[in-house]
Amino acid sequence: MSDQIEPMKSHELGLNNVEYTPVVNEGPSSFFSQLKGFGLTFRTMFKKTLTVEYPEVKAPTAPRFHGRHQLNRHPDGLEKCIGCELCAWACPADAIYVEGASNTEEKRMSPGERYGAVYQINYLRCIFCGLCIEACPTRALTMTNEYELADDSRSKLIFEKEDLLAPLRAGMLMPPHPMYPDMTDTNYYRGEVKEAHPSQGQQQ
Amino acid sequence: MTTAQKQTSQVVEMITLVVDGFEVTVPKGTLVIRAAEKLGIQIPRFCDHPLLDPVGACRQCLVDIEINGRAFPKPQASCTIPVEPGMIVKTQLTSPVAQKAQQGVMELLLMNHPLDCPVCDKGGECPLQNQAMSNGQSESRFEGTKRTFEKPINLSSQVLLDRERCVLCARCTRFSEQIAGDAFITLNERGALQQVGIYEDKPFESYFSGNTVQICPVGALTGASYRFRARPFDLVSTPSACEHCASGCDMRTDVRRGKTLRRLAGDDANVNEEWNCDKGRWAFKYVTAVDRFTQPLVRNAAGVLEPASWPEAIAAAAAGLTGQRAGVLVGGRATYEDAYGYSKFARVSLGTNDIDFRARVTSDEERDFLATYVVATTTTYRDIDKADQVLLVDFEPEEESPIVFLRIHKQVRKRALKVHAIATKLSIGAEKLNANFVKVLPGSQSDAIASQELTKLSVILVGERASESAGTLTAVAVLAKKSGAKIAWIPRRAGERGALEAGAIGNLLPGGRPVTDAAARVDMQSVWGVETISSTVGRSTSEIFAAANEGKLDSLVVGGVDPLDIDNSAAALAALQKAFVVSLEIAPSAVTELANVVLPVAAVTEKSGSFLNWEGSARVFDSAVADSNNRSDLRILSAIADAMIKPIGIATVSATAREIATLGVWDGERSTFSKVKAVAPVALAENEAILTSWRRLLDLGTLQKGEGNLAGTARATVAVISPTRAAELGVQNGDALRISNSVGAITLPALVEDIHDDAVWAPRNSLGSELLAKLATASGSVVTVVKA
Repeated sequence: MSDQIEPMKSHELGLNNVEYTPVVNEGPSSFFSQLKGFGLTFRTMFKKTLTVEYPEVKAPTAPRFHGRHQLNRHPDGLEKCIGCELCAWACPADAIYVEGASNTEEKRMSPGERYGAVYQINYLRCIFCGLCIEACPTRALTMTNEYELADDSRSKLIFEKEDLLAPLRAGMLMPPHPMYPDMTDTNYYRGEVKEAHPSQGQQQ
Repeated sequence: MTTAQKQTSQVVEMITLVVDGFEVTVPKGTLVIRAAEKLGIQIPRFCDHPLLDPVGACRQCLVDIEINGRAFPKPQASCTIPVEPGMIVKTQLTSPVAQKAQQGVMELLLMNHPLDCPVCDKGGECPLQNQAMSNGQSESRFEGTKRTFEKPINLSSQVLLDRERCVLCARCTRFSEQIAGDAFITLNERGALQQVGIYEDKPFESYFSGNTVQICPVGALTGASYRFRARPFDLVSTPSACEHCASGCDMRTDVRRGKTLRRLAGDDANVNEEWNCDKGRWAFKYVTAVDRFTQPLVRNAAGVLEPASWPEAIAAAAAGLTGQRAGVLVGGRATYEDAYGYSKFARVSLGTNDIDFRARVTSDEERDFLATYVVATTTTYRDIDKADQVLLVDFEPEEESPIVFLRIHKQVRKRALKVHAIATKLSIGAEKLNANFVKVLPGSQSDAIASQELTKLSVILVGERASESAGTLTAVAVLAKKSGAKIAWIPRRAGERGALEAGAIGNLLPGGRPVTDAAARVDMQSVWGVETISSTVGRSTSEIFAAANEGKLDSLVVGGVDPLDIDNSAAALAALQKAFVVSLEIAPSAVTELANVVLPVAAVTEKSGSFLNWEGSARVFDSAVADSNNRSDLRILSAIADAMIKPIGIATVSATAREIATLGVWDGERSTFSKVKAVAPVALAENEAILTSWRRLLDLGTLQKGEGNLAGTARATVAVISPTRAAELGVQNGDALRISNSVGAITLPALVEDIHDDAVWAPRNSLGSELLAKLATASGSVVTVVKA
């Protein structure tokens, strides 16, 4: 029983001996200083309103606000992501999961040999630090300004590749499709492919 | 000091040198790079590998060397220069000249190296990446266009080559030539265009090609199966042991999210050094195959297998086994602990000695041979290293135990070790070992064995196929006794030696205790807490099946046995149909269809345990997939025994290991071996021949399921006949040859080779040549051979 801690007796605590500073209650402040406070309130009533009635009204974020991620596309629609996992490697919160796979002639998702077959970001873990964006060697991963990332279940907050992929813009074709004729992955990275070639859609 | 120690101390001369101002003493002949390593000084390198001959190809390890005051005019490659007395070495740490030279070499290597790191499998575990960071310059001065090649190209179906990434270190070509003996790849062209290539007419069909992927210091050689699958930081690595053969390789299993993605050779100087075979490296997909059982199945009243809960299934198994005459078939794949569980279950819960781990062609001669000459003996890889001669009897090391092959090959290359191969056919492996091929007719091995001249230093390696011809093992025993040579019995499957030591055979109890010996039984009775253990020698595999057919056995406990591995598979299937069968297996098989209770068990990566390799040494492994729901055989047997109210009391691997450790090895009399006479060869009619066969390393084996890239490098299926027979039949290489008997027929392309005129050889279980399934025989029987 010797190793058990015995409770202290109340007289040992010495509650009466604790040092304290007595609170001095000076009563209500003077009329003048109260008026000074209200003055601030009145003045603010005539200033420009900064708050908005969210969610009916949405104020724009700062241009470099770290919001939801986006997986970008080359101008012809091929994915920029090569599934290299450098984003997952850089992530301090272990929020990103990537599985790479081989591109084939029949099913090409990105220029070059490799594409990201599985791409998940877990927004329960993400701290929006942006290290993944810095790590991305192909500028495939960037951040949007979208901040409305609340939901009612954990699984809904794990975003899959289709949730993260950028929409197809004008001139883009939905992969899989072949690379631009006579262009290599190097040309793609240099930005020499400007839009989809008519033949890319036909060969599909 | 013993004489042997004196000799070693005389032979090994020590040399003292100075590296970066520190003195170090190493044996004569040590390379400078390794002397520096001993001090903890890391000199960057790519081509240097401790198990390959020095070549000095990459020039990355340049250091400044001075001997007795005379300095080399230029930095020297430390991986090719042996130490000398009075040597003063200055590495990049102390010599600006060496530092500059190394940075220059690194810059040249990186000049043509593509910026592939994000898409390269080696990224994150790449010696080039690491050493470019530690010993390279941070900026490149190269502004030209990099040399490019088409990428990747297939060296074989499982090895891919990316020529741009190659730094021409020649590790892969040196490995293939020096270690594997398969000079299938070489460096072609010269200068900037130099590249690794294969011959036009010879595919890279080496059984050891995976090692080239592992030792490649850049991402030039990659495995097709692992390509783009993961990054090193995704993987959880577990040291493990290989379950594919009795060599007992040390392995590393890399798992990502519960799924094995790759396996690498581990480093064990006593066993596999740093190598393994392609089967061990790449055949692991069977574990994640979609048809794996996920829950127990029980046959209902209507005769249909239905999914059941574990308690239901255990109760059904116990009900079918309680009070019945039962036999146990362990299969050769069980771990040592699982085999011990089967052995104890048979004796304690079922009260029988009818247990056999040999799911193949067997004989009583083999059983007695194992009990007398194999169990509890140790012949090791070191014995091969020291041997003056190695005799191979019915054993194809390259096909049946590849690491044994590598070890013999090493000695053949190093010191021209003499190898004699008593075999029915000359094989590629025997040719690579420069073996003295003693050609025999299948069934007549014993005369050839008797005529061998061996010494005390020799080693006889006997394969499991020796059981297929009567008198062979007797001749081996006689030869060993006469010459004093060591015997090593090398089975094909990983679990057989462990099962033998665990007493999963009719004539032995654990630790090599003969069942016929009263003292041995008393030993086991006291450990197991049972009153009696039967003193009759139990039935063998084929006898168990026969007894079940005759109604002498009511139930069978089957642990992953393929009935088609047994020569009389029809009888086996009939027996399984007739008896109450409890089957412990991982995926559906021929047994499943006939079983009454099917209990899914864990695969090797999902459980812990150990295998005993052919040496008898334990190869312990832990479960690589931590959160598997599958239970080991041991755990399930223990649950059944509990339900039968005859508990075996060993539900965990650690408890079993403790119990085995308390047993120790039998120190009493060994059982005696009764000699068996060889059978005289039968007379053959025209077009008749005696069939002989062995399994190839890569074939239709159950554990190679689902790995197409691996199957792509399997050797071609052929039927081998002698030149004389070929002339008689008017057959040339490649012509179709029909081999038939009363059961069935197979047709294969012919290959004319060095084989006895009265014999025909075909692979035992390759595509198109499933001998046991189609001909119900594998060797020694008469077949008709005609041109198809």
